[in-house]
Amino acid sequence: MVNLKIDGKDVSVAEGTKVIEAARMANITVPSLCYLKGINEIGSCRVCVVEVKGMRTLQASCVLPVSEGMEVFTNTAKVRASRKTSMELILSDHDRQCLTCVRNQNCELQTLSEELGIGEIRYEGEQILRAKDLSSASIVRDQNKCILCRRCVAVCQNVQKVGVIEATNRGFNTTIEPAFEMNIADVACINCGQCVVSCPVGALSEKSEIDEVWDAISDSTKQVIVQPAPAVRVALGEEFGMPIGTVVTGKLVSALRDIGFDQIFDTNFGADLTIIEEGYELINRIKNGGKLPMITSCSPGWIKYCEHQYPEFTENLSSCKSPHQMVGAMIKSYYAEKNNIDPKNIVVVSIMPCTAKKFEANRPEMVDSKGIKDVDYVLTTRELARMIKQAGIDFVKLPEGEFDPMFGESTGAAAIFGATGGVMEAALRTVADVLTGQDLQNIDYEAVRGSYSGVKEATVNIGGRDFRVAVAHGTGNAKALLDDIKAGKANYDFIEIMGCPGGCITGGGQPIVPSRVRAVEDVFKARSQAIYSIDKGLPKRKSHQNVSVMNLYKDYLGEPNGHKAHELLHTHYEKRGLYKD
Amino acid sequence: MKSIKDLEAIRNKTLEDVNLRKDRKGTRVVVGMATCGIAAGARPVLLALMDEVQKRGLKDVTVAQTGCIGVCRLEPMVEVYTPGEEKVTYVSVTADMVPRIVTEHIVNGNPVMEYTIGAAENNTDKK
Amino acid sequence: METFRSHVMICGGTGCHSSGSGDLIKAFEEQIKGNGLDKEVKVVRTGCFGLCEVGPIVVIYPEGAFYSRVKAEDVKEIVEEHLLKGRIVKHLLYHDSINENSGDIKSLNEVNFYKKQKRIALKNCGIIDPENIDEYLAFDGYKALTKVLTEMTPEEVIKTVKDSGLRGRGGAGFPTGLKWDFCYKAKGDKKYVLCNADEGDPGAFMDRSVLEGDPLAVIEAMTIAGYAIGSDQGFIYVRAEYPIAVQRLQHAIKQAREYGLLGKNILETGFDFDLEVRLGAGAFVCGEETALMRSIEGKRGEPRPRPPFPANQGLFEKPTLLNNVETYANITQIILNGADWFSAIGTEKSKGTKVFALGGKINNTGLVEIPMGMTLREVLFDVGGGIPNGKKFKAAQTGGPSGGCIPTSKLDIPIDYDSLVSIGSMMGSGGLIVMDEDNCMVDIARFFMEFIVEESCGKCAPCRIGTKRMKEILDRIVAGKGVEGDIEKLEELGNMLKESALCGLGQTAPNPVLSTIRYFRDEYEAHIKDKRCPAGVCKGLMRYTIIADKCKSCGICAKNCPVSCISGEKKVPYVIDQDKCIKCGQCMEKCPFGAIELK
Repeated sequence: MVNLKIDGKDVSVAEGTKVIEAARMANITVPSLCYLKGINEIGSCRVCVVEVKGMRTLQASCVLPVSEGMEVFTNTAKVRASRKTSMELILSDHDRQCLTCVRNQNCELQTLSEELGIGEIRYEGEQILRAKDLSSASIVRDQNKCILCRRCVAVCQNVQKVGVIEATNRGFNTTIEPAFEMNIADVACINCGQCVVSCPVGALSEKSEIDEVWDAISDSTKQVIVQPAPAVRVALGEEFGMPIGTVVTGKLVSALRDIGFDQIFDTNFGADLTIIEEGYELINRIKNGGKLPMITSCSPGWIKYCEHQYPEFTENLSSCKSPHQMVGAMIKSYYAEKNNIDPKNIVVVSIMPCTAKKFEANRPEMVDSKGIKDVDYVLTTRELARMIKQAGIDFVKLPEGEFDPMFGESTGAAAIFGATGGVMEAALRTVADVLTGQDLQNIDYEAVRGSYSGVKEATVNIGGRDFRVAVAHGTGNAKALLDDIKAGKANYDFIEIMGCPGGCITGGGQPIVPSRVRAVEDVFKARSQAIYSIDKGLPKRKSHQNVSVMNLYKDYLGEPNGHKAHELLHTHYEKRGLYKD
Repeated sequence: MKSIKDLEAIRNKTLEDVNLRKDRKGTRVVVGMATCGIAAGARPVLLALMDEVQKRGLKDVTVAQTGCIGVCRLEPMVEVYTPGEEKVTYVSVTADMVPRIVTEHIVNGNPVMEYTIGAAENNTDKK
Repeated sequence: METFRSHVMICGGTGCHSSGSGDLIKAFEEQIKGNGLDKEVKVVRTGCFGLCEVGPIVVIYPEGAFYSRVKAEDVKEIVEEHLLKGRIVKHLLYHDSINENSGDIKSLNEVNFYKKQKRIALKNCGIIDPENIDEYLAFDGYKALTKVLTEMTPEEVIKTVKDSGLRGRGGAGFPTGLKWDFCYKAKGDKKYVLCNADEGDPGAFMDRSVLEGDPLAVIEAMTIAGYAIGSDQGFIYVRAEYPIAVQRLQHAIKQAREYGLLGKNILETGFDFDLEVRLGAGAFVCGEETALMRSIEGKRGEPRPRPPFPANQGLFEKPTLLNNVETYANITQIILNGADWFSAIGTEKSKGTKVFALGGKINNTGLVEIPMGMTLREVLFDVGGGIPNGKKFKAAQTGGPSGGCIPTSKLDIPIDYDSLVSIGSMMGSGGLIVMDEDNCMVDIARFFMEFIVEESCGKCAPCRIGTKRMKEILDRIVAGKGVEGDIEKLEELGNMLKESALCGLGQTAPNPVLSTIRYFRDEYEAHIKDKRCPAGVCKGLMRYTIIADKCKSCGICAKNCPVSCISGEKKVPYVIDQDKCIKCGQCMEKCPFGAIELK
C-alpha cells in the first residue's frame, strides 16, 4: 500500500493506483474528459490536472501513479484556472449545437462545462468544418463534435483489436480517421459501436432509423411488428433514471404497444429457435465429421470481424442466422401466411443493444429472392428510449405488458443470450438433453459465465463424451483465441464469440454510461445479474421446452436443420479484404 | 575484425599522413618552391624528402613548401626548423643530399654543415 | 599508406555543400592531376568548419591556409600558386586570417572567429575525412572505447561521466551521468541506447554538423554508453531531411562493422553492440523523447506522460538511454582526458562547452563552440563579429521555439543552463538567432508561434488549441486589429500552457511570446494601441500615403489600384482610402513621381 495526502486527507491505496482513483477513494471527484478507466489513460485533455507538491507543472491525475508521501491538491486556484482554460479551449473548437445534438443531456463535455462553471468562452477562433461520414449502415461520424479524447481509438485498437481509426494530421488539424481518410464503411470496421459508447460527446452515434419507423407506424397500409433483444430489457430502464441492472421487460412491452406497434414479438423466441437450429447443427457436425470447432454466429460484429480478419475461419461459423433475423424471417413467411398478409406490407423492427445489427439487416444474404428483408429496421436501445420520450410515455409508471403469442414465448436459455457465455450455456442445456435423451437438472454452466476472463474454457462431459468448449467476448479476445487455434495451441468442439466485451448487455447500442460512472460501477455485472435473474425466475430454462418453437417445427418448418429451416433460418458468409478495392 | 593492436597499427600508419593537419610541434622541413626553386630542381628534392621521412617513419616531421626564400641563385633551398633551435638553411640541394640531411640533422640533430648556406657563402668568398 | 605533403581540406558540410563545395572538390582534383601533383597532394572532404557565412571553405595544410568563398574559377590559381609554387594566394584568404601588421598568415586558432572557441564536440570537424575511419582512428578515435572495454567497469564509466558534470545538450540540460546511472540500474532483459538526431529548431544545425563531420565520435560514444548501461542495441534517430548526415552515418556504421567496432565481440572483449539508423519524417515533436521512441516503434510520433520514464520503460517498453548528438560527441573526450579536465571548463553548474548555430543579423553566421560561462556579448561580438551594416542589436533568441528572446540589458549574462532559464529563455539545443533594430519582436513571436502551431502533435488540448488561439491573437495584433486585453490573454494562455501541456514542447511553446512580452511589451502596445509597428515590419500596420507636394494628379496610381481605393481629380493631390487599401504596393510601384510613401 502507498500512503499519500489528497487535499489534506490521508489516503492509502495499492501501488500503481492513479491519483484520480485515489482521490475517488477520498470522496473527491476530479473532473476528467479523455479518461476512460482501463481503456484510455493518456492524459491528453488536461482537464484532470492537479497540483502535486514538489512538481514543477500541473499533473494529469488520470495517468499519474501515486507515490509514498505524495501531497496532492485537487482544488487550488491554479488548478481551477487551468481546468477552466482547458475547457474553454476545447469548447472553442467544438461544434456547440447542443440543443440539436444526439447527446444533449448525456454529454460529458456538457456536464463538465456546467460543473466547472464555464460562463463564456474567451478564446474563440477558427473551427475547421468537416463533412459527416454517413457511409456506414451503423455508425455516423461527426468530426465537428470530436474533442480528440481518443477513447474511440483506444477501444477500437486496444480492446477490440480492430484498429480502423487513428489520429491523423497534426496539431489543430488533427482528426480521427480511417487510413487515408477513407470512409468508415470502406475499411474493416465491424460496426460494433464500442466507439460510440466510449465517446463522451456526439461525435459518434448510431445511424438513426427513428424517423423511418415513425413513418411506418403512421402508414395505415403497413403492419409494423417489433421485437426486442434479450439485452434490451436489462438496460432500457437506465435511460429513464432507473438503476443499472433493472429488469423492465413488462414496461418495455407496454411502451412498444403505446408507441403503436401492431404486434410485439420477442427476439428471445428467436433465441430459442436459434438454439434448436444451432444445437442440431453442432450435433450433425460432430456426428458427420463436419468442420470443427463450430463457432456461434449471433453477433454480427464478430461475423464481420471474422470475414475481414480471419476469413479462413468462415467455414467454422455456424450457418444459423442470428435470432432477430430468424424471427424476421418467420414473420415474413409463417406469420404472413397464417394471417394472410402480403409480406410486402409487413415492417419488422428489431430493438437491439447493437449497432452492427443495422448492418446485418441490410446484408444481401438477409433479403429473399423477392426482395423482402427479414428485418426492415433496427433500432438501438438508445433510439427506442428516444422514441418513448418523443411519444410522451412515462416509462417508469407503465404497467407490465405481455408479448403477443405467436412469437412471444421464451425460456431462460433465451434470456441469457444477452451475456457472454449465454449462447454457449443455452446450447449446452439443449445438446445435453438431446444427446442423453434425458431432462437434465444440473443446467447452470458457471464456467462459461462472467467477464472475469476474456477467454473462458471448459470441458463438459455429455453422455460420456467430453465437449471442449471456449467462450470469448470482445473481438480482441476472439483474436487471441483464434491465434491460439491457428498456432495449434488449442483445440475445441464449440466456441461462442460475442463481438462486444461482456456480450450484448454491454453492446454498442446500449445506453451510454458516463466514464465517471463506469469508473466506479461494474456495468457488466449489474446487467448480467439481471439477465441471470430472468433465467432463474422462468419455469422453463431450456430452449427445446419452448412450446411455440416446437409447434413451429411441427406446423411449418419440419425437422431442425431440415430443408425449410435451411431456406429461412440459415445464411452464408463472405471473405472480405481489409479495404474496399 | 580488428584487435586493439590492429587499431593501433592503423592509427600510427594514418598518423603519418594526417600529422600535417595537427599543430606544428616537431621539425618542419620547408622547400622553396617558387618558380626559381622549381626551375633549379626543387621538386625532386621535395619528393626525396617526403620519401625519406616516410621510410624512416618520422612522425613529428612535416615537409612543407614555401615560396621564394630570396636567394634564388642558391636554389633549390631547404630550411629546417627545429623548435628551440636556429633555423638551418641548406642550399643547392639535390635529391642525393637528402638522406644525409634527414639522417644526420633531423634524426640525430647534427646539421650537415657543408650543405648549409654558411658553407656555401664561404665557398663563394674563397672564389 | 601513401603520404602526401599537402592536404586540401574542402568543407562538405551542408552549408558549404549548398554553396558549391561539391564542384570545388572536382575542380581541385582535376587541377591537381593536371599539374602532376596527385601523388603529393590529397583532397579531403571534411565536415563543417563553422564559418558558414564565408563558405565554401578550403583549408590547405600544412600551412593551415584558410580560403573562404572559394569559387571553381579560383581553383586553378590556388593549385598553381599555392600547391605548385608554395605561394599562398593571399587575396583569396579569409580576411581575418592575415596578420594586419606582419602580413603573415595566422593559424586557425589565431583567427578571431576561432580564438575564443573551444572545440570538444567539434574537435574533428574540418580536420578529418568523415568517411575514412582510419583518419578518425588517427585522431585518437576508438582510444576511449578501448580504454573503457579494457580498463574500466561500467560503474567507473558512469562515475566518470557523472563527475565530468556533463549535462544534456538537447535542451533541458539533465545531468547525463545520472541518466546513464538510472538506465544502468533499471532492470530489463533488453536495453536500448538511442541518439536523438531529430534536430528541429529553426536555424539550428549543430547536430547535423557533428554527424556530417565526425559521425564516428557519436557511434563510439553510443558504444561506450551501451557498455555502461548493459545494452547491445542502439538506434540513431535522424531526420530524413539530413541526407548527407544520414549517408555519412550509414557509411561510418558500415566501416565500424567492418573493423569489428560494432557487432559481436568488439575488440575481442566479448562485448556486443550494434547500431541502426532510423529516419524521422521531420516532425518537430519527434525530438521529444517519448514521441521519438514511439516513432522508432513505427507508431504516430506523439509524447506520452511520464512516469514511467524511458530509463525504466522506453523503447518497446524496455529501459532506454536517450542522449542528443552533441552530448555523445563529448563522451570520448571525457573518457580520454578525464572528468577533471572536462569539469574545469565552464561554470559551476554548467560544465564544458556548447555548440551554437549563429544566425540572423550577425556577421559570422555559422557554427561556434564556446566554453560555458562566456557572456552572450562575447559570443555575439567577439566570436560572431557583431551586427552587420552598423545596425543596433535588439535581441538574441536562444532555445528555438522553446526558448526566449534576450534583450540588450541581458547581454552580459553568462551562457549557462540556469542563467538562461532565469531570464525566461533556455539553452535549448543551440540555435542562436540575432535580431537587430529592424526586427519586430511581435512578428518574431508570431513566427515562432506559427512554427509551433504547425508542429504541435495535436494530442493534448492546451497545445493543440492553445497555441492556435495564441497565434490567432498574434495574427490579429500584427494585422493592426489587436484589441485592449490581447496581451493579457496571451499571458494567460501562455502561463496555462506552461503549467498544463502534456510534454516539454508544449510547456515551453509560449516562451517566445512570454519573453517578448516581458522585454518588449512596449512594442506590443505600440501595435495594439497606436496601430504602429516600431520596426516597420508588420505590413498590416503600414500605410501607403500620397505626399501631396509631390503628387502631380496624373491618376496613374488610381488606375492601377486593384481595389479602387485611390481617388482624386485634376490639380488636387490624390488620396488613398486606408480602410479599403489592401497594401499591395501597386500604386507606389507605378507612381512616376515617387509621390507615394510607405510607413
